[in-house]
Amino acid sequence: MQALEYVAPASLDEAVAALAKHGATARVLAGGTDVIIQAREGRRQVGVMVDIKGIKEATSFSFGSDGSLTVGAAAPCARLYGDAEVQKRFPALVDSASLIGGIQIQSRASLGGNLCNSSPAADSIPTLIALGGVCNIIGPSGKRDVPVEDFCTAPGQNVLQAGELLVSITFPAPAANSGAAFERFIPRNEMDIAVVNAAASVALSADGSKFESARIAVGAVAPTPLYVKAAGDALAGKPVSEATIDAAAAAASDAAKPITDMRGSAAQRKHLAGVLTKHVINTAIARAKGA
Amino acid sequence: MVTTSKPEYKVIGTRPVRPDGVDKVTGRAQYGADIKQQGALAGRVLRSPHAHANLKKIDASKALALDGVKAVVTARDIVGPDGDLSKLPDPAANILAGTKVLYRGHAVAAVAAINDHVAQEALKLIEVEYEVLPAVLDVREAMRPDAPILHEALRTRAPTGPSEGPSNVVAQTVSAFGDIEAGFAECDVIVEREFSTKMVHQGYIEPQAATAHWNSDDQLTIWTCTQGSFPARESVSQILGHPISKIKVIPTEIGGGFGGKISVYLEPVAALLSRATGKPVSMRMDRTDVFEGTGPTPGTNIRIKLGATKDGKLRAAYGDMAYENGAYPGSAAMYATMVVTAAYQIEHVKFDGFDVVVNKPRTQDYRAPSAPAAAFAMEQLIDEIADQLKIDPLKFRLMNSAAEGSRGPMGMPFKRIGHEECVEAALNSPHYNTPLEGPNRGRGVASGFWFNVGLRSSVNVSVQPDGTVNLNEGNTDIGGTRASLAMQLAETLGITFEDVKATVVDTDSVGVNDVTAGSRVTFASGMAVHEAGKNLIAALKERLAPTWQTTPDEVQFEAGVFKNADGSKTMTFKEAAVATVGRGVGLTVSGSVNAGFLAGGGFAHHIVDVEVDPDTGKTTILRYTAIQDAGTAVHPAYVEGQMQGGAVQGIGWALNEEYYYDDTGRMANSSFLDYRIPTSLDVPMIETIIVEVPNPLHPFGVRGVGEPGIVPPLAAIANAVARATGVRQTQLPMSPRRILETTRGIA
Amino acid sequence: MTGRTYVSARINGEQRDFLVEPRQSLLETLRDELGMTGAKEGCNNGNCGACNVIVNGSLVNACCVLGVECNGAEIVTIEGVADGETLHPLQTSFLENAALQCGICTPGFIVAAKALLDKEPDADEARIRHWLAGNLCRCTGYDKIVRAVLDAADDMRRAPAKA
Ligand SMILES: Cc1cc2nc3c(=O)[nH]c(=O)nc-3n(C[C@H](O)[C@H](O)[C@H](O)COP(=O)(O)OP(=O)(O)OC[C@H]3O[C@@H](n4cnc5c(N)ncnc54)[C@H](O)[C@@H]3O)c2cc1C
Ligand code: FES
Ligand code: FES
Repeated sequence: MQALEYVAPASLDEAVAALAKHGATARVLAGGTDVIIQAREGRRQVGVMVDIKGIKEATSFSFGSDGSLTVGAAAPCARLYGDAEVQKRFPALVDSASLIGGIQIQSRASLGGNLCNSSPAADSIPTLIALGGVCNIIGPSGKRDVPVEDFCTAPGQNVLQAGELLVSITFPAPAANSGAAFERFIPRNEMDIAVVNAAASVALSADGSKFESARIAVGAVAPTPLYVKAAGDALAGKPVSEATIDAAAAAASDAAKPITDMRGSAAQRKHLAGVLTKHVINTAIARAKGA
Repeated sequence: MVTTSKPEYKVIGTRPVRPDGVDKVTGRAQYGADIKQQGALAGRVLRSPHAHANLKKIDASKALALDGVKAVVTARDIVGPDGDLSKLPDPAANILAGTKVLYRGHAVAAVAAINDHVAQEALKLIEVEYEVLPAVLDVREAMRPDAPILHEALRTRAPTGPSEGPSNVVAQTVSAFGDIEAGFAECDVIVEREFSTKMVHQGYIEPQAATAHWNSDDQLTIWTCTQGSFPARESVSQILGHPISKIKVIPTEIGGGFGGKISVYLEPVAALLSRATGKPVSMRMDRTDVFEGTGPTPGTNIRIKLGATKDGKLRAAYGDMAYENGAYPGSAAMYATMVVTAAYQIEHVKFDGFDVVVNKPRTQDYRAPSAPAAAFAMEQLIDEIADQLKIDPLKFRLMNSAAEGSRGPMGMPFKRIGHEECVEAALNSPHYNTPLEGPNRGRGVASGFWFNVGLRSSVNVSVQPDGTVNLNEGNTDIGGTRASLAMQLAETLGITFEDVKATVVDTDSVGVNDVTAGSRVTFASGMAVHEAGKNLIAALKERLAPTWQTTPDEVQFEAGVFKNADGSKTMTFKEAAVATVGRGVGLTVSGSVNAGFLAGGGFAHHIVDVEVDPDTGKTTILRYTAIQDAGTAVHPAYVEGQMQGGAVQGIGWALNEEYYYDDTGRMANSSFLDYRIPTSLDVPMIETIIVEVPNPLHPFGVRGVGEPGIVPPLAAIANAVARATGVRQTQLPMSPRRILETTRGIA
Repeated sequence: MTGRTYVSARINGEQRDFLVEPRQSLLETLRDELGMTGAKEGCNNGNCGACNVIVNGSLVNACCVLGVECNGAEIVTIEGVADGETLHPLQTSFLENAALQCGICTPGFIVAAKALLDKEPDADEARIRHWLAGNLCRCTGYDKIVRAVLDAADDMRRAPAKA
């Protein structure tokens, strides 16, 4: 690995200052499960690692009085999925956080790192999109918010400007009678990058017969994780039935523009986008109904 | 355990804790990368980014100018300033390319620096000029006359004589018996298919690592995690032109090999760097180096035609088997033609084998080399015929099974073998007798065979004053052979396992030993141990005779006790040892054998239940039983371990593992993230049934157990998938992608 | 080359102070700077678990952590699993179950299994397989490893907290 410097700011202001000072060679270090390896393998040029794990806002998570949840960008997955309230109120986040790598990775890997690494196959991003997450960003010119679905711009790239960092992600309180779920397909049962992944969040009518609204996202089928509005629209206002769900799955499959590589073929991915969308909608419905 | 008949053993058949165990569970054991020599430099290898290119020029001046860099070596350092790089022999050219690079990952230069980071930075500063050539990656394409040629000087060895011009076909070998035309004419059912498999890697968890110190007196010491310290010494000597007498190889603990750590890669390079710097040099590979720069096992294309009569007798088989050798000539296809029908009596057979060079890493053995791909083809056709004839697949195999006296793989009749016993054990197993229910599920079975090789083994045994013995062996211990050899010595001497202390020693300290491979250590070194034990007993008889006022040949040794002719005087081995060594003079004996090339064969049979998800194409292994003839299971737990390990490697090979190449000849998945070996979550418990049909060629009836267990899984799983989905799988891996393609046309 | 940074951490219960380059991973720090070669490098990118250590109570891949991040940390490595000369029940169980062949993966598996059993003494086969999925073994097929962990858990439940 090329030589590095390491700084560990104790506050957001210090972190922003450190990023400003070191310019383009500085990278934020959260759990390091992407960036350390990328630097070692020469896939990212890093001169300075700015470790944000000493900053409270970036490592804690808390519920707002309105039931919203704010997750520090660098909070490790294992802490998130180990939390009883998160398990109860945001099970889809648990789905994602508990699938990223093995236990050893989950001790360190963060949602913020997963999002900022901006891989098209990242296993948290579809969930963050489906849950309507909003990125809380800080930088030299202050704070700004960006919806997660607008965050990634290309493989490995996102809207963060020089000197900016992601502080946390805020999820609105789940609506009444709602549920969400995430699933991915991999050839093994652990330790693979998703061939395709998908997340759905649905809100049902009080009697559970009808979709009020829905958000669906699929990953590994395009240069960035996709928010498939058409799939959600295919459900909103429609009865909960196999036909409607099939239509949403077809919309997700249509939206998929995958490539063929060592992890899967384009045809396989297009097919799986539909299969997984169906699965996650069904799980989300079951969760919405309290099953 | 299914046992035909064997003597009552005291130590053999028990499950003691291995002598090297505590060091391995506490982290104290020293593996290849754990060797730290004072003042050692770190070495790294620069590898070709191209699959095929002429090597025009290497300029290391910028690298040498980097602070902390001590030396750069290339093939020039092997041949010397006036040497001819184009004449570099294959083994040398594979570890440092001469005039041509033949695969991506081919070593072209190496750096020694004050630490590993500096060495890696320096690699980026070496400037190499390549003239890129078209590459050929597919075995059948490489056989075509218009294919890019790897070696201008290569001529095909064929029964009809050498080829006229250069070719990528190294050899055409034929294994033929009977008259196949007449044979097929007798058949009522004939099946014929083409199969192909991809290059796969042994996947040992420890990357290659070696340390070398070239002393100023030209004594070269090498520490390495090799499968064979003596063959490593020999190779280094040949590559560097340095005499064996001046090379000492000290084997470290070894973190897996499966055939992949027989060849040397880093050892000669570290030696060159040490010679250049006067310091010890430690080198290790990273995982990508291991995938791209060591020896995986060949991909294949195999066509087989198989025929039987309607009463279920296999009569004729024809095959055309093409095996990738990688960048340099090998002999996998030749072995394949011999083993492909070994489990069956088929009168008329003809198999053509084609060994072919392609622009991929030079291939190496991987447990039962060549046999798994051959069985993947053959055992599926066997199942198809059994199905067509409506005969139970196990009973069909039994009806046609090879047996003592039937024609063996090289034409000579088999000695006592255990294939029938394995298939019978399968028929009687709890697994086979439990019906498999549920949709999308299928059960498959398959047999497998591998030779045992014998070759040379030597051990030294010295008696300690307290009556215990030290056993010094020269084969590295990958999976508990120190224990299995100590057990055989204890059995020979009638002492306890605890009274034998087994150590793996360096090449200066014991007679010559061939590789830890070919399932040979417990077998052949076991024979050497037995020999040494007998020598020791004879020596003690010599010593006891005068004190008992008799002659050595009057002294008997039975069940660990020496006695004189009338039984009035007796002494246990230990008492005799204390009396003659503890209170006498030291005693060391050796045992050396050459157990021949072929040393009996071993058979395995596997049963597997799978479920295939029709939506995703993913195959789940529901239940797995491995059955194998161990001859005599010296340490049954280690035999089970070999069977289970082989089965799971086979599961990986069947379902997901492959060298996935992009268009430029780059392996796109050269990491454990994307080269998907099975995890603990991908497999169930592997049930085992050890069959014991003693090997008549071994004093304790031992057969090699390391290899046959990887032969059946590919075919067994394919047979199971075919039953679950109704679609035959002729290509590996049977990945979810492939299953969706073949079962649902999603391509 | 950049300078080296001072790091102070408790390793296997002992205070250790050392200097590392920021680019050195915790794995390199242990192996190259502190002479502790029990943690192994199998992949150097988080996929094999051979380098597993426990940092502040969490199981991590030492190859995916920088040494400089460990200032003030509490670290347990394979060298600290036994209590002096007394093997940990997992170590005994691995030996008795023949759960190692070549043994290169063994330190990682034992550290990982310890991290599990410390938290979940009642882990069953499914949980053990799930927990250990980040540790690769190419020799054993996992059967005997999983049994060894189940047996050790059993032993530990019967003789709790001897250490
Ligand atoms: C063995 C292994 C298995 C894996 N398996 C999976 C998997 O199954 N699914 C999956 O999705 N991923 C997987 N990953 C990738 C990785 O673990 C995840 O992407 C993880 O969530 C990254 O989080 P981190 O905290 O470690 O990020 P880091 O590596 O610390 O950071 C990742 C990137 O984001 C930047 N960054 C991090 N935080 C911020 C911030 N707050 N502001 C601005 N930039 C920031 C960093 O500079 C870096 O470029 C795996 C990795 C490994 C090594
Ligand atoms: S070496 Fe760290 S996970 Fe493989
Ligand atoms: S025992 Fe060899 S890798 Fe596990």
